[in-house]
Amino acid sequence: MSSSADLTWFARHEIRLAWREGLAMLTAGRKGRKRTAIIGLIVFAAIMHLPAYAVIGRFADLQEPLDKSTLIVITATILLAWALMLSQAIESVTRVFYARADLDLIMSSPVALANVFSVRIAAIALQVIAMALLLSTPFVDVLVIGGGWRWLAAFGVVVAIGLSAAAVAIAITVVLFRLIGPSRTRLVAQILAAVIGAGFVIALQIAAILSYGTLSRFAVLTSDAAAAFAPALDSIVWWPARAALGDGEALLGLLAGGLVLLGAVMAIFSPRFADTVVSASANPATAQQGLRTKAFRAGSRQQALRWKEFVLLKRDPWLLSQSLMQLLYLVPPALLLWKSFADSDAALVLITPVIVMAAGQLAGGLAWLTISGEDAPDLVATAPLPASRVTRAKIEVVLIAIAVIFAPLLMALAWAAPLQAAVTASGIIIAAASATAIQHWFRVQARRSQFRRRQTSSRFATFAEAFSSIGWAATAVLALALPVAGLISGLMTAAIIAVTWKISPRRD
Amino acid sequence: MKPNKSALALRGLTKRFDRLAVDALDLTVRTGEFYALLGPNGAGKTTTLRMVAGLLRPDAGSVSVLGIDALADPVAAKQITAWVSDEPMIYDKLTPLEYLAFVAGLWGIDPEISEPSAHDLLVSLGLEPHLHERCEGFSKGMRQKVALAGALVHDPRLIILDEPLTGLDAVSARHVKGLLGDRVRSGCTVIMTTHILEVAERMADRIGVIASGRLIAEGTLSELRQQNGRNDTSLEDMFIALVDTEAAAA
Repeated sequence: MSSSADLTWFARHEIRLAWREGLAMLTAGRKGRKRTAIIGLIVFAAIMHLPAYAVIGRFADLQEPLDKSTLIVITATILLAWALMLSQAIESVTRVFYARADLDLIMSSPVALANVFSVRIAAIALQVIAMALLLSTPFVDVLVIGGGWRWLAAFGVVVAIGLSAAAVAIAITVVLFRLIGPSRTRLVAQILAAVIGAGFVIALQIAAILSYGTLSRFAVLTSDAAAAFAPALDSIVWWPARAALGDGEALLGLLAGGLVLLGAVMAIFSPRFADTVVSASANPATAQQGLRTKAFRAGSRQQALRWKEFVLLKRDPWLLSQSLMQLLYLVPPALLLWKSFADSDAALVLITPVIVMAAGQLAGGLAWLTISGEDAPDLVATAPLPASRVTRAKIEVVLIAIAVIFAPLLMALAWAAPLQAAVTASGIIIAAASATAIQHWFRVQARRSQFRRRQTSSRFATFAEAFSSIGWAATAVLALALPVAGLISGLMTAAIIAVTWKISPRRD
Repeated sequence: MKPNKSALALRGLTKRFDRLAVDALDLTVRTGEFYALLGPNGAGKTTTLRMVAGLLRPDAGSVSVLGIDALADPVAAKQITAWVSDEPMIYDKLTPLEYLAFVAGLWGIDPEISEPSAHDLLVSLGLEPHLHERCEGFSKGMRQKVALAGALVHDPRLIILDEPLTGLDAVSARHVKGLLGDRVRSGCTVIMTTHILEVAERMADRIGVIASGRLIAEGTLSELRQQNGRNDTSLEDMFIALVDTEAAAA
């Protein structure tokens, strides 16, 4: 087989795998769900046009020449999208390095590895771009409908920043490999992927709070100070914004830049990709020493279970990255809280929904890890204690972890606003309990490493968990601001939980 | 001379999935016996043993473990039983010692007893250099040894093993066989499925052959030879003949 034939054949193979993987994510790997999944996707995309219109509809009439503030807002939005793509790309690259499913086969075959890995790098870029195009379509549609065909250029911007995000992700991961070794790279890359996107928004929020005492990041972007620091109107920095508005020259420059960057990464890293993959797969985990704590201790069987769950959570890279992210999300409200001591700011009430929402989301993830993500199900099932006590011990772990994470913030809040602290604490307890209950009702047997795919086992549970967290967050803030509305919101959220329980396969 | 009290008594045990997996199975294993359960793939061996371990609920029949009705009082039956599956399921983020501490805690064993016992077990299985390493980098054989040590740390009276020697190298397999032999000599009962017929031939006091969810032959090696009508035949030949006959009859 010629080299070009190799490449074409391998590219087809990669696309087929990516398509099937995407489909499996949508259908939870169940046959006969393809049509439902496609219909669901179309309906979802159609519905997404409503929030897209609400968020971006008013910008459809934007025309050149633009002032600096507008250029800053558009550029920052594109930068945020790029950060999210980078996060996804780092995750994809890490998966290529560590998922050994076909690497042994590929590397033992007589094809040129540099070519094969060039295709794989291109496939990562394509995957990132495809996902970004899918998510951006409702927004671009709204702009095209409201502002004309010129907005179609925004798709070109998505492609260009996707190319550069994939290139940077590959470069970061390979450099990490060289600097800190395969086993640490996995952990660091997972954490990086988790916090990069969120970090950008949070940094803007922190700047807004410190400067203007508000959680709105637009306060910073549209400020005179930002405009003063921003480069001149003809700077290359504004190319992405201008390209999105339909400037053909800027768009071509951006696309060319993205392609050159990806090409350079392919040329530099493809020949070394094989070495990196080999070192990752040959060394899936270096011998990590466990802390020589007193593992053997007297106590009940539930205590043994709780101890095991806490140790596993403590050593879980996902949890580490998620906790870091939750903590990052909590930095802006904590800052707001701190500022309110001095300013008696009424905006303090805004931190309640953020905290309640974060508690619900974190509890959902923790509950999946403890209840569904059991790596030794046979061992626990053959242990001499009733299943109900096993479940109880696992749920206790979730609630204790949530209490430990959120207690310091609640204590600070109690000092500033006791009533708000009481409402927030109630919100945390209810949101965490609801998310845990949903995970319990929809539990499936899985390995902890499958956490990334937990949503595919039940789309309904995923949405129910999200709506529950949002609902309880809204209820908590409304209870403080408008109690009657809080009551209505609480009843609606309780109804969502009741319907979820009714539909769930395990109603015990 | 082996005592005759039954460690395991199955009566009319039945389980159906898409098809009948275990068909009204009657089986008795005596206390202190090493019992090998053989059968072709899909014969119902693992399903039977999973029902005994309390991992599957039978559709019909009874399971008695050392006189305890395992369906009526599963917790009491589990207290004296250990189960090791062919796919070692352990926690990647725990060290072998931590894993054994967890198992001992689940079975409510006093740490004063379980800690030295865990240490000795892991050392005897050749895992001493890895006592404080997390299991995530372990080979399948090492994981299997950790799982086996976990099964033995709570000193069970009945040990059920599903293909325990899969993935083990010759030295490790010998260690495991030695450990199991010691347990049987101390009065423990071992029930094991295996496709390695030499192991069954050498270690088992009695052998049961299961096909299509039914016990088609049972006895000591010499009893099986007598049943087969040929005194010089190997277990492998007998096994193949039995399974072929069963398949032809079906």
